[in-house]
Amino acid sequence: MTPFSQFAIFSAIKIICVFAVTMFIVAYAVWVERKVSAAIQDRHGPNRVGPFGLLQPAADAVKAFLKEDFTPAHVRKVYYWLAPAIVMIPSLLTIAIIPFGSQLGHQKMVIADLNVGVLYTFGIVSLGVYGIVLAGYAANSKYPFLGGIRSSAQLISYEIAMGMSVIPVFLLVGGLNLSQVISYQTGSIFHWLIFKCPLSFIIFLVAMFAETNRLPFDLPESEQELAGGYNVEYSSIKFALFFMGEYAAVTAASAMLVTLFLGGWTLPIAGLDRPAATLGVGILQILIFLAKMLVVEFMVIWIRWMWPRFRYDQLMDLGWRRFIPLALANIVVTALVLCLVVK
Amino acid sequence: MNNVEAAKGYHLMTGSNPYLLIILLIAGALVFALTPLAIAWIWSRKFSPPKPGATKNAIYECGLESKGDAWIQFKSEYYLYAIMFLIFDVEAVFLLPFAVAFGGLPVGGAIAMMVFVLLLVEGLAWAWQKGVLKWG
Repeated sequence: MTPFSQFAIFSAIKIICVFAVTMFIVAYAVWVERKVSAAIQDRHGPNRVGPFGLLQPAADAVKAFLKEDFTPAHVRKVYYWLAPAIVMIPSLLTIAIIPFGSQLGHQKMVIADLNVGVLYTFGIVSLGVYGIVLAGYAANSKYPFLGGIRSSAQLISYEIAMGMSVIPVFLLVGGLNLSQVISYQTGSIFHWLIFKCPLSFIIFLVAMFAETNRLPFDLPESEQELAGGYNVEYSSIKFALFFMGEYAAVTAASAMLVTLFLGGWTLPIAGLDRPAATLGVGILQILIFLAKMLVVEFMVIWIRWMWPRFRYDQLMDLGWRRFIPLALANIVVTALVLCLVVK
Repeated sequence: MNNVEAAKGYHLMTGSNPYLLIILLIAGALVFALTPLAIAWIWSRKFSPPKPGATKNAIYECGLESKGDAWIQFKSEYYLYAIMFLIFDVEAVFLLPFAVAFGGLPVGGAIAMMVFVLLLVEGLAWAWQKGVLKWG
């Protein structure tokens, strides 16, 4: 086999596997969300389709396809069709640069090992706002419009806090490549960046909730006042795409959090923080990454059912007057400390 | 193709150029997102043609008939935040290369960067003091 065809085949396999696993997680995140919320509110949750309602995601997908694909008369047609597709794409692209394992054989377990790493992520994450804003604009009615406007202001505010919160991480690591970030976190559990930059971790975590429109920051949707926000004029598979897009974004954000602060695919025991020598260890490291990611995702779901929603002025206040100054101070202090210690 | 060229081609395709993969992935993601829309569109063409009606076509709002246009005025605060965002997002982009180069910077370079950060902090303080950051 020529190097090129080998490369093409392995890349295609990696891309298909990552998409499939992501979509599986997205489908079952919805199921977990419904089960967890039911448990918290003392209900049963889905329990009719299959054992424990496990086939519910499949039933939902079939239902979404078979419903009438209805386009209201007053919408802007082209944008109305584009918006649900655009919502899905950024989260899929973010996952591309996250190392989800060390290696299997000679194949590195990352789709594209970019040396600009995180810079690419922030570029792609910024695109996430377009899907929602476009949906709000396309619907041409008041609730979606308000949802879209709110969402754009919220996303750009927390994007700054998020972007600045990770700068101390890269001051320590000295590179933007995510594989480099992971190798920095090996050796001991206290090398994990959650212990080295706790403030960065906290700001990133909160900004992650705001960026994915999850409670306590789901102002763009806010069912009680906007009846669902930017997606109320959508039905059938287009609505399902918004739904999937939200969970795909949560999955991507959890993967990012695990990579940046929780050591990625490593565990500081039994040599699991070194690149795998055998296939078994390689698969084990992928499972470690998935386990960490699912724990974070479970926490995101859990918090949704425990917290009330913020008011809009509180949301903007928290972003601009608390987190941005905090993140800036964090950068300055980290740089000064590094200057004093290293130089 | 001789060995040198083959090695060159290999590096172009893998190690040194992962951006090709990103392009491939964008295509994959586009297909992935557009396929359900296309299937739904074909399905609705074949088996469930739309049945519009006056109520069905109406704007989705609660209970009462919708009044006025969707082009409502929104707060100018949104606009101010957008301008602030531009400044700080550009700053974040400058800070990332600084963070990467930090290990090799002389003390003077680090101080110059701190001055740059403080200039932007001054901007934030000015906006804060002007009341731009106060919602409503």
